[in-house]
Amino acid sequence: MNLSALITPKNLVTAAVLIVLGLMPVLTTVFDQPFYLDIATRIVILAVAAASLNLILGFGGMISFGHAAFVGIGAYAVGIPIYYEYYSGFLHFPLAIAVSALFALVTGAISLRTKGVHFIMITMAFSQMIFFLFLSLEEYGGDDGLLIWSDSELFDGLALDDPSTFYYVCFVSLVGVLLLLHRIVNSRFGRVIRGAKSNEKRMSALGYPTYRYRLVAYVISGALCGYAGALMGNFTNFISPDMMGWGRSGELIFMVVLGGSGSIIGPVYGVLSFLLLEEFIPDVMDLFADGAGVYWHLPFGIILLLVVLFVRGGISGFLNRLTKR
Amino acid sequence: MESALLITQLLNGLQLGILLFLVAAGLTLIFGIMDFVNLAHGSFYMIGAYICGTLVYLLDSFVLAVILAVPLTLVVGYVAERLVARSIYARDHLDHVLATFGLILIFDTGVHLLWGAEGMSIPLPDWLQGQVAFSSTIEVPSYRLAIIAVGLAVALGLFLVVTKTRIGMLIRAGASNRTMVQALGIDIKNLFSLVFAAGAAIAGLAGMMISPITEASIGMGNDIIIVAFVVIIIGGIGSIKGAFIGALIVGMIDTLGRSYLDQLFKLVMSDQNAETAAPAISAMLIYILMAAILAVRPQGLFPPKVR
Amino acid sequence: MRKSLIAVLLGTVVTASPALAQDDPIKIGFVTSLTTPAAVIGFEMKNAAELAMEHIGGEMGGRKAEIIFEDDGFTPATGKQSTDKLLKQDKVDFMTGFIWSHVLLASSKAILDNGTFLISANAGPSQLAGKGCHKNFFNVSWQNGQPAEAMGAVLNQMGVKSLYLMAPNYASGKDQTGALEGAYNGEIKGKDMTKWGADAQLDFSAELAKAKASGAEAIWIFYPGKAGNAFIQQYVQSGVADTMPLYSVFTLDSISLPKLQDAGLTGVLGARETLQWSPDMDNPATKKFVADYKAKHGAYPSYYAQQAYDAIMLIKSAVDAVGGDLSDQDAVRAALEKADFDSLRGDFKFGNNHFPIQDFYLREVVADEDGRWTTKIVSKVTEDAVDSYASECKM
Repeated sequence: MNLSALITPKNLVTAAVLIVLGLMPVLTTVFDQPFYLDIATRIVILAVAAASLNLILGFGGMISFGHAAFVGIGAYAVGIPIYYEYYSGFLHFPLAIAVSALFALVTGAISLRTKGVHFIMITMAFSQMIFFLFLSLEEYGGDDGLLIWSDSELFDGLALDDPSTFYYVCFVSLVGVLLLLHRIVNSRFGRVIRGAKSNEKRMSALGYPTYRYRLVAYVISGALCGYAGALMGNFTNFISPDMMGWGRSGELIFMVVLGGSGSIIGPVYGVLSFLLLEEFIPDVMDLFADGAGVYWHLPFGIILLLVVLFVRGGISGFLNRLTKR
Repeated sequence: MESALLITQLLNGLQLGILLFLVAAGLTLIFGIMDFVNLAHGSFYMIGAYICGTLVYLLDSFVLAVILAVPLTLVVGYVAERLVARSIYARDHLDHVLATFGLILIFDTGVHLLWGAEGMSIPLPDWLQGQVAFSSTIEVPSYRLAIIAVGLAVALGLFLVVTKTRIGMLIRAGASNRTMVQALGIDIKNLFSLVFAAGAAIAGLAGMMISPITEASIGMGNDIIIVAFVVIIIGGIGSIKGAFIGALIVGMIDTLGRSYLDQLFKLVMSDQNAETAAPAISAMLIYILMAAILAVRPQGLFPPKVR
Repeated sequence: MRKSLIAVLLGTVVTASPALAQDDPIKIGFVTSLTTPAAVIGFEMKNAAELAMEHIGGEMGGRKAEIIFEDDGFTPATGKQSTDKLLKQDKVDFMTGFIWSHVLLASSKAILDNGTFLISANAGPSQLAGKGCHKNFFNVSWQNGQPAEAMGAVLNQMGVKSLYLMAPNYASGKDQTGALEGAYNGEIKGKDMTKWGADAQLDFSAELAKAKASGAEAIWIFYPGKAGNAFIQQYVQSGVADTMPLYSVFTLDSISLPKLQDAGLTGVLGARETLQWSPDMDNPATKKFVADYKAKHGAYPSYYAQQAYDAIMLIKSAVDAVGGDLSDQDAVRAALEKADFDSLRGDFKFGNNHFPIQDFYLREVVADEDGRWTTKIVSKVTEDAVDSYASECKM
């Protein structure tokens, strides 16, 4: 493989995105715009969640309409121990991963017996159950949500309440998750998952227990989303059942599709564009007419529609087509 | 006294179920025949309510407003089908979900721009404002009885259309075997448009019926659409009968849960916690039922006759 | 009002020399509901805050002042995100607005940790009135439970023997029902807490049937905004109105009354609520405010508007007192504590927990001379009321 083959539009964009994301704490300090570090942090955390969802959605063909539940579980796994004054991140993060993996195992074992639209609906049903469960928990705030008074404590010298430090923890997590997903997708396991997406009968005929493979993929995806949730809990310092509503799950799916579900890096583009649109459409509209920003859902909805109608393969697919040309 | 309350609550549950049925009927047909997941179906529920509300103030007659608003909602549904839905029937469910999610945002903001954020209250004529007393202790608002009557009439009408007419035959055939209908040289596109627009109009009718009770407001369709999906999954996608029974089951669970669950919970937890937990848990019950049905009998309770 | 990234970047480049702090405008961040059906309340507050700015010529302590409005989307998570933006991007000097207690509770930590003054123009959650009181937190409305306490006193006085309670299931709903249960001596026959938020429950058929069957003498509710209208429509339609009189707090106001009038629910005329203010209040500030608000928006202002107006006037009084120099926080705080402004409700002072000490009135729904429904003060219920959490505040 020669070097020039690597210089494709997609790789250039990926490199640029990762470099800019990597430099965000520096850039926001230089321009004295700490708020944009907030946006960047949110982007990076949601990118972890979206990339995890993409493992089953893009590569496995399992459309989960309930992944926000895992993010919520992860966040509550930080919030509830802190409520009882257990501050150690060595408790929070493993707990977030373990509980969401367990939830994924139980719900996945049932959900994966169904296919197609039934799978979409049953995953939504499970996430709604969790949503209403937390709504009913008066002790942890119910609908009012739970304020997280402290950040998870890790090593001395790694203070998560410092925005730049926290950002780098998230950024390194994202890079780690992307590398992990890359390895999974390209392993034998990943090939079975991908094969089962396009032709499950063939994979079964070849002797692969596809149900079990899919379940493992579902659990990995849920656990990683739970980890993203634990980061989210530390970031927002506030959690409420609202984080796990079906609308949030829908947003996660949209981020994946917008970025391109066929690629590892796609969801990162998706989250990036989604949050930047969400942030700046109202601003741009306000420039034209003061107060028009509250109607930002209109152009946003139109963009969403146009992407579905005309942009196959999302941003990543678009970049790939540039390469092939 | 206790049985009187139970009967009242059963009537309340029936009314909620009927309303859910009106939304679910179109949804299940569109889903069953076109294999199209339409999250924006709830938007017609909202749009119907707003159109009707506007007409009530113009014409000063609720009944006349409803009669005019139904065909107007049908037109909105028809336009949405031609402009958006038609071009993505052939795509996968993921694209349906996303495109119609986009439609929801567009419809919601459109209503916000046209009618403002404050919602719209809709006055009822005097003859619908009162109550009907079945006994000294069982007294039901006449308007809720009117909803039940209208809903049952629509259900009966739909049932007759689907079972007795040529269009109904095509719809049934479409729900169980799409390619067959196409192969027969039927103009499937027009059939799709018709079903989509009629479904929108019936959902709009439901919105018109509820808004004198809760007011018309932005996003009112988004609350009901997910429950409507639960209904059609329970009943079996593509089945009018399934949608009807599914809607009644969900309506009853929700109403009875809100009525009695807190008393049950008070036996095992503090009053405060019971009052918080009961409504949430009763909302959870319908999802538990749905997941159970999907896991054991994914085709639903009353799937359309198998191909 | 908001700055785009482009404008920020351009601004950074163009104004190469940093401007003197004194030349910058005083910035007030205002978080309220601008989307969802709750936007009807949010815009009412926005209108009133803008009217206040007109009245003071957009000037505070010799400096230009500006308000930056952000949406809370009727959910704590979105409200907190908007708060973070105002603090970090706009670097506001004061934070105000906040209709909803749960939104305020979710946002307050970030604001107070940032050392920014927080003046709630509506929400008055018990958590911030008692043990969680804070030197930089002020409230210009009430502690959530206060009007309900006043209503409890009214009900005792009237000899109402039993009640059925209904309220939304969120921080303020819990405060309100708790306060009423504390102040009311009669029997509570039953209570329902219903789902709140953007997907709030609006059909109360099951609850009304329970209320009717409970045998309670009267029904008491707290349903601000849209849910209140829905409730009252159903209360009348179900016939419960014929047997159980309605007592409420924060439900009948100039937001709900025009719509109830549209719907022809004459049963509401004569209904009574307890509150600290009413548009017919007899003082010059209120007369001017109500006249100008009506001229501009064609409707009576609600108490949300009154409180938002007061919040801006309180901020102005403090900024004026320190001559526009906000560098000495203690001086600003001392000025805020003095509350040296013409509150629309007349007498106004802060207690030890920075919540108002004020009078509460019984208001009645009436038609004005143009036939428009509004509220009128019937009598004073409590004088110089101190909220019941003030003693828990160690400040």
